[in-house]
Amino acid sequence: MPKAESKAGPLVSVHLMERMRKAALALVLPVALVWLWQLSGTNGAIAGGALPTPDRVWAAWKTWAFGTSTFGLNPYIGTWTQSLWFSAGRVVYGFAIAIAVGVPIGMIIGWSKLASAMVDPTIQWLRPVPITAWLPISIAIFGIRDFGAVFLITIGAFYPIVINTTQGTRDVDKNWIRAALMMGAGQRDVLIRVVLPAALPSIFTGLRIGLGIAWTAVIVSEMVAVKSGLGYVLWDAYYVGRMDIVIADMVSIGLMGFMSDFLIVSIEVWALRWRRLQSFDA
Amino acid sequence: MISFSKVSKVYGGAGGVRALDQVDFTVADGEFVALLGPSGCGKSTLLNLVAGFEKLTEGEMLFDGQTVSRPGPDRGVVFQEASLLPWLTVWDNVVFGPKVQGLLRNEYEPRAHEILKIVGLEAFQKALPVQLSGGMRQRVGIARALVMQPKALLMDEPFGALDAQTRLSMQQLLLEVWQRLKTTVLFVTHDIDEAILLADRVCVMTARPGRITKEIPIDLRRPRSIDDLTNSEFTHFKARIMTEMRGAHDPH
Ligand SMILES: Nc1ncnc2c1ncn2[C@@H]1O[C@H](COP(=O)(O)OP(=O)(O)OP(=O)(O)O)[C@@H](O)[C@H]1O
Ligand SMILES: [Mg+2]
Repeated sequence: MPKAESKAGPLVSVHLMERMRKAALALVLPVALVWLWQLSGTNGAIAGGALPTPDRVWAAWKTWAFGTSTFGLNPYIGTWTQSLWFSAGRVVYGFAIAIAVGVPIGMIIGWSKLASAMVDPTIQWLRPVPITAWLPISIAIFGIRDFGAVFLITIGAFYPIVINTTQGTRDVDKNWIRAALMMGAGQRDVLIRVVLPAALPSIFTGLRIGLGIAWTAVIVSEMVAVKSGLGYVLWDAYYVGRMDIVIADMVSIGLMGFMSDFLIVSIEVWALRWRRLQSFDA
Repeated sequence: MISFSKVSKVYGGAGGVRALDQVDFTVADGEFVALLGPSGCGKSTLLNLVAGFEKLTEGEMLFDGQTVSRPGPDRGVVFQEASLLPWLTVWDNVVFGPKVQGLLRNEYEPRAHEILKIVGLEAFQKALPVQLSGGMRQRVGIARALVMQPKALLMDEPFGALDAQTRLSMQQLLLEVWQRLKTTVLFVTHDIDEAILLADRVCVMTARPGRITKEIPIDLRRPRSIDDLTNSEFTHFKARIMTEMRGAHDPH
């Protein structure tokens, strides 16, 4: 431990510089693309008016986000935050269910040969069915309502979580389990105190993939089966020819996905502190 | 304390690897026994049977008068690579056993502190295993076994992965700990010096079939220390065991 402390001082500032450099590098490409996109348009439009240029999109987004509606008819004034929360709320809800179901099932499949033989084939058989194919069933059961979107998100995020948790559970060092048994741990203690933490790196891989799918699922289901959220606005704006809103919406989805992934990665870094130290060592 | 009668272990069903063949073997209460033999002769297999990690195929094995069906805290195992739980601190690794057994804090905490002091790690309680050297990790492995106050310690080449110098200091430490606690120890090694230095009795094993071919009592004076490694009595035992092992290698 003293070793880590003596390094801490200079490391922090070096780290900060390194991070700023990275952030700057990451911005080069998007700025260049937006600039090219702007240049290629005339009179604020591209391809004979099929697409707007960035300044138009920016203006549309500002109204969508901060405008105050005077007549109450235009759905694209001041409703951005609301749409964002609709979608994000569904993702949180569906993703939480997927974790609550997927992690335990994955651990059981990875732990017990019997469970694996009984459950795994069914999961592998259902898995190739894309979430879009579940839409009719979802609408038939839940109607054009919130839970339809949550249902699709759960299904979409479930598979990567289950598969990665199963793999992580199978890969747990046998001697860790033996050591725990030798110290008097029962099956429950072994699963919770040894297998779960040991499988956590794989579980987080599954969570990150699952979260990406969750965002796809929420947009798809809102486009078809729910009358609110970013996905609904996207399709609705397209119908009324508001391509500026369509593009602002797409950028918003990307941003939300990016930020929620950042959140998961931050939790991962915190939960796997012991592993980070390991890789510093190596 | 430990007794094997006509124990065989075959891995992988009929026609599999016969790792142990008709082994008769006992370890008395408080005795320190070293199992010595070449790689693949079945040393780990024998120890894993006592630990309850593996099931025997034929014969009978008793630990403390009872057949073994599963691992348990009465048999403290020390693994070759320490196998500490890397996400737990030294302290949490050491108290893992008492905790999952549901013992009371004020019952095991003083003991854990004392044992950490004996193995010289009281300053590293909050460190994670990755922050320790190989020798320190192995000392944690010994501490977490001792804290359960096991009836026997089962050690499978615990110092095999350490450099020569660390190894010597670990042997010294184990001698001191054992001379103090006098628990039964079954110690697997393929280092002749280590076996003679530590054990009351050295059991030489051969491979294919895995058997104990010779048992040699080591009646060197106790307490011992690593200085004994160079005295003439020690060399005498070493010569005897080497002859024994050579004989075991080529049966001509
Ligand atoms: N789980 C297993 N499945 C199949 N065969 C095994 C298994 N474990 C050990 N064996 C075989 O049993 C024999 C004895 O193995 P064991 O690990 O007991 O040897 P060892 O004396 O401990 O060797 P080493 O000094 O290399 O650790 C070997 O031939 C090995 O290949
Ligand atoms: Mg071995």
